[in-house]
Amino acid sequence: MAFALSEERDRELRQLLERYPTKAAACIPLLHLCQDQAGYIGDEVIEFVAHRLDLPPAHVKGVVTFYSLFNQHPVGKHQVWVCRTLPCALRGAEDVIKQCEKKLGIHIGETTANGKVTLRTAECLASCGTAPMMQVDKEYFENLTHDRVDEILSRLMESKR
Amino acid sequence: MIRRTDFLTKNYGVPNGWSLSVYEKTGGYEAAKKALAMTREAVVDEAKKANLRGRGGAGFPMGVKWSFMRPHPTKPAYLVINADEGEPGTHKDRTLMELNPHSVVEGCIIGCYGIGAHVAYIYVRDELHLSKARLWGAIDEARAKGYLGKTPFGKDYPVEIYVHTGAGAYICGEETALLNSLEGKRGEPRLKPPFPAQAGAFGCPTTVNNLETIAAVPTIFTIGGEEFSKYSSLHYLNDGGVRLFGINGHVKKPGVHELAVGVTIRELVEDIGGGVLGGRRILGVIPGGSSTPILRADEKVNAPDEKSPLHPWHGKSVLDVPLGVDTMRGIGTMLGTCCVTVLAEGTCPVLAMHNLMQFYRHESCGQCTPCREGGAWLLGTVEKILDGHGTMADLNTLTDVANNIMGNTICAFGEGTAMPALGFIGKFRKDFVAYINGERKRSDARLTIS
Ligand SMILES: Cc1cc2nc3c(=O)[nH]c(=O)nc-3n(C[C@H](O)[C@H](O)[C@H](O)COP(=O)(O)O)c2cc1C
Ligand code: SF4
Ligand code: FES
Repeated sequence: MAFALSEERDRELRQLLERYPTKAAACIPLLHLCQDQAGYIGDEVIEFVAHRLDLPPAHVKGVVTFYSLFNQHPVGKHQVWVCRTLPCALRGAEDVIKQCEKKLGIHIGETTANGKVTLRTAECLASCGTAPMMQVDKEYFENLTHDRVDEILSRLMESKR
Repeated sequence: MIRRTDFLTKNYGVPNGWSLSVYEKTGGYEAAKKALAMTREAVVDEAKKANLRGRGGAGFPMGVKWSFMRPHPTKPAYLVINADEGEPGTHKDRTLMELNPHSVVEGCIIGCYGIGAHVAYIYVRDELHLSKARLWGAIDEARAKGYLGKTPFGKDYPVEIYVHTGAGAYICGEETALLNSLEGKRGEPRLKPPFPAQAGAFGCPTTVNNLETIAAVPTIFTIGGEEFSKYSSLHYLNDGGVRLFGINGHVKKPGVHELAVGVTIRELVEDIGGGVLGGRRILGVIPGGSSTPILRADEKVNAPDEKSPLHPWHGKSVLDVPLGVDTMRGIGTMLGTCCVTVLAEGTCPVLAMHNLMQFYRHESCGQCTPCREGGAWLLGTVEKILDGHGTMADLNTLTDVANNIMGNTICAFGEGTAMPALGFIGKFRKDFVAYINGERKRSDARLTIS
């Protein structure tokens, strides 16, 4: 089925288009809007974005595949990203990763069987002074301890959404 | 010498410190009023006097960069702010966006006026949702007051500021990759020339400034460019002012602090960072983000020539050299983003290099063969050595591959990969050899210390 933005997001798109001298410049922000709605960027979304911004679908596809935050396939409802880069690794990121894998019963890159949580590693998220850290959806959790990670993941698994 | 200041950080920790009312209580937006009453030329001159070396990593003087902007007969000019903050070990710009976003907005108003632009785009990496929200909040507040829009502070010089978001790609911090990304393309760096000042965003004259660089601009116009510069003990090297210093890794108190330029790494680690975790000794220090080669604690400055800018520190430990653009270059590394990563004794440098090579392998945009293939070779070869399958020939391969990246790529990401690799191999050769000889095993290697 063809993809369409919700009314509110469509309004956001119109605001976006006013900010730039070209339509193409809205490509990445629009892809974010679409992903917020659909969860991932499938072919219908690519067609939609290409059509709305007068771009070749191949251009849009090229953009989607370049950036690591665009999901090309369905993912869990919630995204857990644990930073693995050196400054976090110096302060225990490896243990956080292992703890997440154990607690969620999945490996890095996988989604829990109930479709709730996708676990991934991230490269430096600009929180090296408060390492180790992880991002859950749009929120940062810093200065992580074993108990804190446990609590965050429990809350996530039990959440209604 | 440590000299603490709080031009940018005075409202860190204050309730609603990011709001317009708090910002204005301490003189906020007076600098913009003042600057907009000056001529554009005078604004650029004042900026030059500040000797503010770009805070994004390359250390180019901000005022000089502004002076490259020439009015174009048909094309508009743009100010683009780089808030992609992705260099491993760098965590300073984010604090400004979250805790002092109005300094960014005010800096953008002055910057736009100085370079002849009417629109500024702030490119923020997507993950920083709170930063984006705080910036938008500040923009909305400033617009409601009439500080942005058609006539900022009553002056007929329209200024608009927009926040633009990336989508997870470290390379978009490179300024021309950032411009491509802003234009809705893959974030692939462009061949230079043309430089952004000639053909930048949308093919128009553009200045790209780091977020901290632009946030410091109101301070310059509040206290005066020369006064600003003189805070630094490296003022005489045209490396002026105050800046944010980050400290992370194996220290007792990691964090971000505003200090006058000129502190040493040792002062940062011992006095600001509270010393090394567990009272250990320092193994090495990465001075300003993972692309800057590591320094060993036992390295000494070798500058017998009295004319050398480093001569005053001849024979001293590199950790006692002030953190400056030219001083760090003089000891074979780079100042970079001025956020220091400390590795304590007991950490395995081979494993540390392996961690970073994973990063570079992941983040190469893939346009240039030496970077795309070289990054993979570097990672694969360290992995082989770590796993106990390495030979002395592999150690030479690492050096060869890194040397072949240097100078052979479109953008500085190539050097950013090769230089730290060469740093680890050159300075910790014995550790690599220990794996090759079978004296050390990966299972015993640690990055954390207890
Ligand atoms: C691979 C690479 C990544 C970079 N990442 C950033 C970054 O995240 N933030 C930044 O301000 N500058 C970054 N830079 C430097 C920019 O290209 C540019 O020099 C800087 O934004 C200019 O601002 P400044 O002169 O105010 O420092 C990066 C450079 C390279 C080569
Ligand atoms: S050096 Fe690497 S990151 Fe830079 S343009 Fe070439 S391939 Fe891309
Ligand atoms: S290394 Fe994890 S946030 Fe920087």
